Amino acid sequence: MRRPKRLRSLWLLASLGVLAGLMLASVLIGSREVSWDDISAALGGSIDGFGPAAVATRIPRTLLAVVAGAALGMSGAVMQGVTRNPLADPGILGVNVGASLAVVCGMAYFGLSSATEMIWVAIVGAGATALFVYTIGSLGRGGSTPLKLALAGAATSAALASFVTAVVLPRNDIAEGVQSWQIGGVGGATMENIRVVAPFLLAGFLVSLLSARALNSLALGDDLAAGLGERVAIARGAAAIGAVVLCGAITAVAGPIGFVGLVVPHACRLLVGPDHRWLLPFSAVLGAALLTGADVLGRIVARPSEIDVGIITALIGAPFFIYIVRRRKVREL
Amino acid sequence: MTLTRPVTQADAPRPTTVEIVARDRVRRTARRRAVITVLALVIGLGYIVSLVAGQTFYTPAEVFGVIMGQDVPGASFTVGRLRLPRASLAVLAGLCFGMGGVTFQAMLRNPLASPDIIGISSGASAAAAFAIVTLSISGTAVSVVAIVAGLGVAMLVYALSFKSGVVGTRLILIGIGIAAMLDSVTAYVLSRAAMWDLQEATRWLTGSLNGTSWPQVVPVLIALTVLAPVLLGQSRNLSMGQLGDDTASALGVRVERSRVILIIAAVGLIAFATAAAGPIAFVAFLSGPIAARIVGPGVSLLVPAALVGAVLVLVGDFLGQYAFGTRLPVGVITGVLGAPYLIYLIIRTNRAGGSL
Repeated sequence: MRRPKRLRSLWLLASLGVLAGLMLASVLIGSREVSWDDISAALGGSIDGFGPAAVATRIPRTLLAVVAGAALGMSGAVMQGVTRNPLADPGILGVNVGASLAVVCGMAYFGLSSATEMIWVAIVGAGATALFVYTIGSLGRGGSTPLKLALAGAATSAALASFVTAVVLPRNDIAEGVQSWQIGGVGGATMENIRVVAPFLLAGFLVSLLSARALNSLALGDDLAAGLGERVAIARGAAAIGAVVLCGAITAVAGPIGFVGLVVPHACRLLVGPDHRWLLPFSAVLGAALLTGADVLGRIVARPSEIDVGIITALIGAPFFIYIVRRRKVREL
Repeated sequence: MTLTRPVTQADAPRPTTVEIVARDRVRRTARRRAVITVLALVIGLGYIVSLVAGQTFYTPAEVFGVIMGQDVPGASFTVGRLRLPRASLAVLAGLCFGMGGVTFQAMLRNPLASPDIIGISSGASAAAAFAIVTLSISGTAVSVVAIVAGLGVAMLVYALSFKSGVVGTRLILIGIGIAAMLDSVTAYVLSRAAMWDLQEATRWLTGSLNGTSWPQVVPVLIALTVLAPVLLGQSRNLSMGQLGDDTASALGVRVERSRVILIIAAVGLIAFATAAAGPIAFVAFLSGPIAARIVGPGVSLLVPAALVGAVLVLVGDFLGQYAFGTRLPVGVITGVLGAPYLIYLIIRTNRAGGSL
């Protein structure tokens, strides 16, 4: 399906506008009302008084929601491209739980506490799980069908989740921190966290965007892609590494947040078509908008407390997952 | 149900088909009976061990005295109040999970279609957690909420996967989606609890028998005595149903009616057990395939699977309490043991190239 370039640019501008609006809302809305003066004061670096202080905690939170959403959205789009599977998503493939298990083990057995160490550990855990699930899911006839991949992912998630509980439960000192981190949230964001994760995300975004062309060829099937001069294994590996780095790093700072990577690329494909050079940046923007929106929604719905963003995305994303499953023919599944 | 078997050896004199079928059937029934006896003995033994052994040991005579209502210093509290309800709930919940799970697996003809994978356990535990934490109700009312939610989820999953007939794979995938949603609801309810006790949270997330008391045990016992005979009465229809809907109705089974009864009874068992002990991870899923391995093909698995479930929960709980430095809830043990089996099952099915 060819789309006129102007239309796609228009969509991109519109979604950037939506994202900007949601970011503003995320700074404005919360259990405490803030005025414009408070915001400008907070931006000026002042944290005197409640208003500016509230804004000063909301700014890193908003930033984290934006980068987390962007990373998860793009990582989902890349994974769907690499596996040619419409159900691929960091959450469904069990990658998030893999990262969780690695982080939890790091905390419990190796006394890891610095953010950089945790991110490395999470990325290794995410990568190992992705490889494992993909291997199981593509055994046997027909390669990695959506059903086999989703089942392998669900089984692996359940397995790893049991291990996470087994590691955490006896250790009361880390239990509480782990438990709140596990639901997945951006509430505890600090600028420090974002600064630590930034280089990883930059690398991930760069690798993913560079593999956009290769993903386009891969979409035609391995044989055709090879015929077009693509080195299939290398291209696929590079793209997968980009996606795993993105979701592993985000999981390390924000906990496992599911379904963003599933929903966003599908919505984007409807808007801009299947060309990955457009799809990837667009998924990042829309993912950021979705996660920021979910975070704001969580603050509005449960006033004066809040609902963690991981819960909102699951409530939005799971029905969408069901919709995709229902729409496809059984034979394809 | 295999009715005929290829004759491999040319026996002399060659037995007639009727003789082969009859001999086979006798052998299978005998094996099933033997398995049931052994499993029941194992459960009895495990039950006694978990009453006798622990941080302090009591002689079987003392334990028996407590059961008979005598006042034994020390033992009356430890055995009567702590170990007896706990061990009883372990057996009862295991029976419920095993029987409910294998019913779904047999009905949908897929080992992955067990209630803990397709969201029914998640629904029951989300509702129970909500009822206890947010509405602060307790006792039988919680079980009622859990069973209503379990039935609701079962109907929802069934309805959503209905599209000119229900296909097992679609139902499983949709169930996984629903389960993800419900689990996040549970997580939210627990995170909002005023006193978020980790033990209590574990009960609703993975299943635990910690702090079991008699008022939790009684509803499960009642559910089992009422619903298990219903399922057993349907066991013939269940095994006929495995031949496919058309064949079953040709053989005189009222397919839809029998399916509704099976679903209600199985969900009832699962929901009552979940309300009391939480969704003890993978017991419903594991019991059926394990029982099938032990018993062999061609016989009803309801009773063997229920017994396997009870063994799993009893042993899992005992291991969790005493085998490690700290006390782990039973759901963590069964989860850690069951998860690799689930993955193995998927690998094996994928290898065989069979359609999952």
